[in-house]
Amino acid sequence: MVTTTTAPARVRPSVPDKARRPRRPRLPYLLLLPAVALELLVHVIPMVVGVWMSLLELTQFQIRNWSAAPFAGLDNYKATLDVNGPVGKELLHSFWVTVLYTTLSVGLSWLFGLFAGVFLQRPLRGRALLRTVFLTPYALPVYAAVITWTFIYQRDTGLLNELLTSTGLADDRPFWLIGGNSFWALLVVSVWRSWPFAFLCVMAGLQNVPSEMYEAAAIDGAGFWRRLKDVTLPMLRPVNQVLILVLFLWTFNDFNTPFVLFGGSAPEQADLVSIHIYRSSFITWNFGQGSAMSVALLLFLLLVTAGYLLVTNRRRDPA
Amino acid sequence: MLAASITACGDDSDGGSGGGAKTLTYWASNQGASIDFDKQTLQPELDKFEQQTGIKVNVEVVPWSDLLNRLLAAATSGKGPDVVNIGNTWSASLQATGAFIPFDDATIGAVGGKDRFVPAALAAAGAPGQPPTAVPLYSLAYALYYNKKMFADAGVTAPPTTWEELITVGKKLTKGQQWGLAVEGANPSENAHHAFAFGQQWGGEWFDGSGKPTFDTPQNVAAVKRYIDFMAVDKIVNPSNAEYAQNQSVSDFANGKAAMLLWQAAGNAFKAQGMAADAYGVAPVPFPGTAPAGGKKVNSMVAGINIAVFKHTKEKDAALQFVKFMTSDAEQVQLNKTYGSLPSVTTVAGDAAFQAEEQKVLAGVLATSAAPLPQVAEESKFETLVGTAMKELFADAASGKPVTEQAIKEKLGNAQQQMGS
Amino acid sequence: MRETAAERWSRRVVLTLLTLFTITPLYVMLSSALKPLRDVQGAFTWFPTRPSFQAFVDMWSTVPLGRYLVNSLLVSSVAALVSVAIAVFAAFAVSRYRFRGRQVFSVTVLSTQMFPGILFLLPLFLIYVNLGNATGVELYASRTGLIITYLTFSLPFSIWMLVGYFDSIPRGLDEAAQVDGAGPMRTLFQVILPTAVPGVVAVTVYAFMTAWGEVLFASVMTDENSRTLAVGLQGYATQYNVYWNQVMAASLVVSVPVVAGFLMLQRYFVAGLTAGAVK
Repeated sequence: MVTTTTAPARVRPSVPDKARRPRRPRLPYLLLLPAVALELLVHVIPMVVGVWMSLLELTQFQIRNWSAAPFAGLDNYKATLDVNGPVGKELLHSFWVTVLYTTLSVGLSWLFGLFAGVFLQRPLRGRALLRTVFLTPYALPVYAAVITWTFIYQRDTGLLNELLTSTGLADDRPFWLIGGNSFWALLVVSVWRSWPFAFLCVMAGLQNVPSEMYEAAAIDGAGFWRRLKDVTLPMLRPVNQVLILVLFLWTFNDFNTPFVLFGGSAPEQADLVSIHIYRSSFITWNFGQGSAMSVALLLFLLLVTAGYLLVTNRRRDPA
Repeated sequence: MLAASITACGDDSDGGSGGGAKTLTYWASNQGASIDFDKQTLQPELDKFEQQTGIKVNVEVVPWSDLLNRLLAAATSGKGPDVVNIGNTWSASLQATGAFIPFDDATIGAVGGKDRFVPAALAAAGAPGQPPTAVPLYSLAYALYYNKKMFADAGVTAPPTTWEELITVGKKLTKGQQWGLAVEGANPSENAHHAFAFGQQWGGEWFDGSGKPTFDTPQNVAAVKRYIDFMAVDKIVNPSNAEYAQNQSVSDFANGKAAMLLWQAAGNAFKAQGMAADAYGVAPVPFPGTAPAGGKKVNSMVAGINIAVFKHTKEKDAALQFVKFMTSDAEQVQLNKTYGSLPSVTTVAGDAAFQAEEQKVLAGVLATSAAPLPQVAEESKFETLVGTAMKELFADAASGKPVTEQAIKEKLGNAQQQMGS
Repeated sequence: MRETAAERWSRRVVLTLLTLFTITPLYVMLSSALKPLRDVQGAFTWFPTRPSFQAFVDMWSTVPLGRYLVNSLLVSSVAALVSVAIAVFAAFAVSRYRFRGRQVFSVTVLSTQMFPGILFLLPLFLIYVNLGNATGVELYASRTGLIITYLTFSLPFSIWMLVGYFDSIPRGLDEAAQVDGAGPMRTLFQVILPTAVPGVVAVTVYAFMTAWGEVLFASVMTDENSRTLAVGLQGYATQYNVYWNQVMAASLVVSVPVVAGFLMLQRYFVAGLTAGAVK
């Protein structure tokens, strides 16, 4: 029989599909049907409508009878994406800030999740408790969690400045919620909220790594880093591939964290695309423009995803 | 099993007219200490209304964080309440949707007539030249709150009436951990409200007659500079205030860390934070000592809540009856007394409920020196853009960068460009 | 397998740092919950100088916290269970079968994760309202509408995650079962799922938490009867004051069942479910 200790290449079924066909020709489609139906209703059709809205002149004047709103073609896109114009310039700036923010946040969250997962694979006393503690930020309602960080970041009364001044690490009390530090403050909050989820997924993925593989590697004289590189990471590939991608997408689109942290108006150093779109369109009831900006954002993310999948799939066996 | 659980937890909240007795759905805004408090305040009044007219009113108290979203959804879908409270600064934007019944002469006559309402409050219910989209319900204005003990200790006998006096007093009271004035520097709405009032005093307008933004005029720059300079030049405001966006300035005043505060009807907020009513005094917001050219005698925006009726209502007459009830003398006294706001009708100003020091000051301001924010459809964009520009200026001031007129002009100019076409 | 001293110490240092990082805000929440409102934004103290449990009492009446908690629990549980069931079937199909449209399905499902929420908020709302008018099944301002929305939100990641997880379960197990005469469903339930327990549990947690913490759609699609915790907590920001101590107290209290759930689920994150399964 086939052994299980080989690397996780996608194994072709040993019996060709054609031989299966007479018995259950429709099964995959049946299995997919509920998912497809729900996705159409809740995601796809509203999305298409949203894209359609981006081609309309849709402000508070038209919203009541939105299906009759005048067709604006690409005007909304021209207004928002003209990088020489004021609106476009600010959008571009927020875009770069968001790219940097997302890359750092996902990178750090994944690293923290990976190391915590790996270190807690070994049965320790109190492991269950520690794993639960690490997952707690994920359990907290986002509003309360982020507001707590604003308390921590307060210049005069916050815990962070108290720590910094009492340990002598800083002479002056810096601002964290305005000015240049605001980007780093936001990043810390984002990592604090995201890394437990990375930890959860890595933890699940690690359970599938047979311990024989670690033992075999140890016999070969592999130390911690070699084991990580040659056993853990390859076995985690399917999990990591999805995890990193979705973390990137979610963090890029994250609205709640910066909105609650900065009270709806972010300093320019931490002006994220999601807040920017909200502020420059939805607050002003200009849904046509807001939809156009969102579609532009969507196209960018599609490009990133396509590139990411190409790169990560290249090493995999073709399906 | 799934179907059963779905039907079991389906909810129906929409009150339409059932056969027979009429029903209205009313979305009230949160005006009191809690949603529950508001429900308990309103329910007896709604019962009274039902007794008088036989019309049942189903009320839902909607938190401010959700109200605008849900109004938008209701306006878009044609499905929602019959009567609703709206923040009065939303009036022009909501008017532009066309989703609300305009209070033309006939309609406003049905609820008591135009002259019933405080003129400034009614002016804040829609764009000029068009019938208002709502009628005022509760009115508020800004006032200067000051700590009586700190004033007494420093030998200040009367609250300042000019900005120059305020600076002098503020400097006397800024020592140690204590500051003269508290400011909510990171809250764009608060900043924009002050930008408006100061702008009026310096003769500036934020929009011209045709509704185009005019942000970076010299008058507006001077007005904004006067406000930012409290922190940047006069140093009577704690630099930390540059990041205040969660009512920390109110807390600072209540905790004795600041001697003065410019705020709307803060009495109940102070009470909840443990500050006794006799610990603070209330005075009208100051004016410049010598009025700049074109300056107006305005020291506050007209703040308040309006009540509007959706066009999609199936019970228009019942809804108007309800509006008339809520703006009737008895209800105006009862509700405003409970909420700490001022009546939006002129007939009950003399009621005993509104003779406390704070109420009298606010009523005086509303009657004589309050003006509505620009009633243009882009009003919320103005608040966001100008308010955020001021937040950035405060941030610069807090980090020690000089805030020059040029810098202010640039920021306001940038904000104006962001207003788009 | 022995670990070196260096490994042991690095492990302890890293875990300690991560613990401190995670716990600090929790501590701030707890100490804020125990302070009277005046002190919450007052001068910093390491411990509350006037500790009081008043916030834990008042929080139930300032907003209808009990009702919000029940709504959240109900909506999140049902959404999680239904979502995982649908995801398991879909992932099984994608992982184990080659069929026309497989790539299209996978890519479409993944691409939904790129949609900014604000983009399809309004259209989705309109669809629900129109569906409600047409069929009489009330989706707007109902827990049913929320359940349907949330379970769909968590489908894409759940499907992708489970596909990856199922893929790493060797086909040898399937074939062994088929030789024993098992059809596809038997294979799924008796061979694949028991082996995939950690992945399924992770995905269930994710689906539950997606519903539990969602704010944007809940703020538009609910009324006071159907409101969930995530938005309901903002009701502590009232006209006069934000009751910070009550916000913190409420957040801690409602998170207790969730954290307790996490603790109980630890036993599913156990290694060795595949190793040695096929000899």
